Amino acid sequence: MRKINAVKIKDAITQLCFEANFFLRQDVLIALRHAFKTESKRGAKKILKAILDNAAYAKKEKLAICQDTGMGLVFVEIGQEVNIAGDLKAAINKGVEEGYKKYSLRNSIIRDPLSRGESLFSPCIIHTDIVKGDKIKLTFLAKGFGCENKSQLKMFKPTAKIEEIKKFVVETVCNAGPDACPPYIVGVGIGATADYSGVLAKKALLRKISSKSSKLEQDLLKQINKSKIGPMGLGGVNTALAVHVQAYPTHIAGLPVSVNISCHALRSASVIL
Amino acid sequence: MKKINTFAVGQELLFSGTIYTARDQAHKRLAEAIKKRSRLPFELKNSIIYYCGPTKTPKDKGKVIGSCGPTTSSRMDEFTPLLLKHGLRGMIGKGSRSPEVRDAIKKYKGIYFLTYAGCGALLSKYIKSAKTVAYGDLGPEAILKLEVKDFPLIVAIDAFGGSIYGEA
Repeated sequence: MRKINAVKIKDAITQLCFEANFFLRQDVLIALRHAFKTESKRGAKKILKAILDNAAYAKKEKLAICQDTGMGLVFVEIGQEVNIAGDLKAAINKGVEEGYKKYSLRNSIIRDPLSRGESLFSPCIIHTDIVKGDKIKLTFLAKGFGCENKSQLKMFKPTAKIEEIKKFVVETVCNAGPDACPPYIVGVGIGATADYSGVLAKKALLRKISSKSSKLEQDLLKQINKSKIGPMGLGGVNTALAVHVQAYPTHIAGLPVSVNISCHALRSASVIL
Repeated sequence: MKKINTFAVGQELLFSGTIYTARDQAHKRLAEAIKKRSRLPFELKNSIIYYCGPTKTPKDKGKVIGSCGPTTSSRMDEFTPLLLKHGLRGMIGKGSRSPEVRDAIKKYKGIYFLTYAGCGALLSKYIKSAKTVAYGDLGPEAILKLEVKDFPLIVAIDAFGGSIYGEA
């Protein structure tokens, strides 16, 4: 067994909060630059330029890319040969709290969803996976709620046609329209259970944007971009930068599909301990 | 903002002057205060509200505010007609508005602007001062008085009810 101290995990999370909120992911930057090139409308180009300038200014001035520094999500892949010394959950939440305080991010978390009350920095949402090996991989995602509010889940019949599923995904994006900071990155979770399809859709956002996409993903992207919602909803050919689909086995009686939209400021960072 | 009636949908402008931040919970409180006829924490007449909840202000020298971009305007829709009725003139945010808000903008000769969404770092450049004027207990949802210079705006709904998103 390899021993990893929880303090080390806390410190790593603090650092990831900094990286995710101040430095836009390289793959997102590349996709945004590509979008800038492909737009011909002056308005859309101007908005994409502002988005790129914002990322550069955030990096230079050490300002958060977006004021909605999100509800933090931490994905932990724990090697089964790792022995954690200390309280893992407490360490992760403390790491987020310290990171958000240290780097002057936003306290957007309220303890009670109904009575609301004081704004805090934590807790975050933690998803754990047990994997082979003796390492821990930590991924931090700062998920803003402008786009989180546009999430959808639909329990399809197992006999549903692929067109119905595509229609649901495209409609979910069109319903988000100009409200959730397009151009979007669209995460789709297909299969599993109602709850887990949502996790799959969220995890799909962590995948690096690349040209390696499936036929289904390409079709969805093409259909979404036909909507011409465009950057900030003011028209253009870039409504989404990418669609990522993550599937998982499901039950003979069902076909859950979840959609989780990310704004153009898709902020995540990872480290392996 | 005296020339509101001359602004048309799609027009871009740089605004210098005073704006007040207010988002969800602040709107709820403002609406309650109006209904109870209590005194409002700032002069609503002819004011401009910015739907924004900034980050904490960075500790380094010279920064008066942190990242401060717009939040989704439609969440404020249920409160907006009442505020317009009581003198609110302009709003700055992101995204679409309800038909009720568009009608109220037309009726009370208001205006709704967009600013660069998801560009909170960049927008902080145009803010010269920030001061909490009410609801400090709401943390990032407190009402701040901002003095801005050349703050970039796009007219999204004009005083005639026309919309940049093309809704009738």
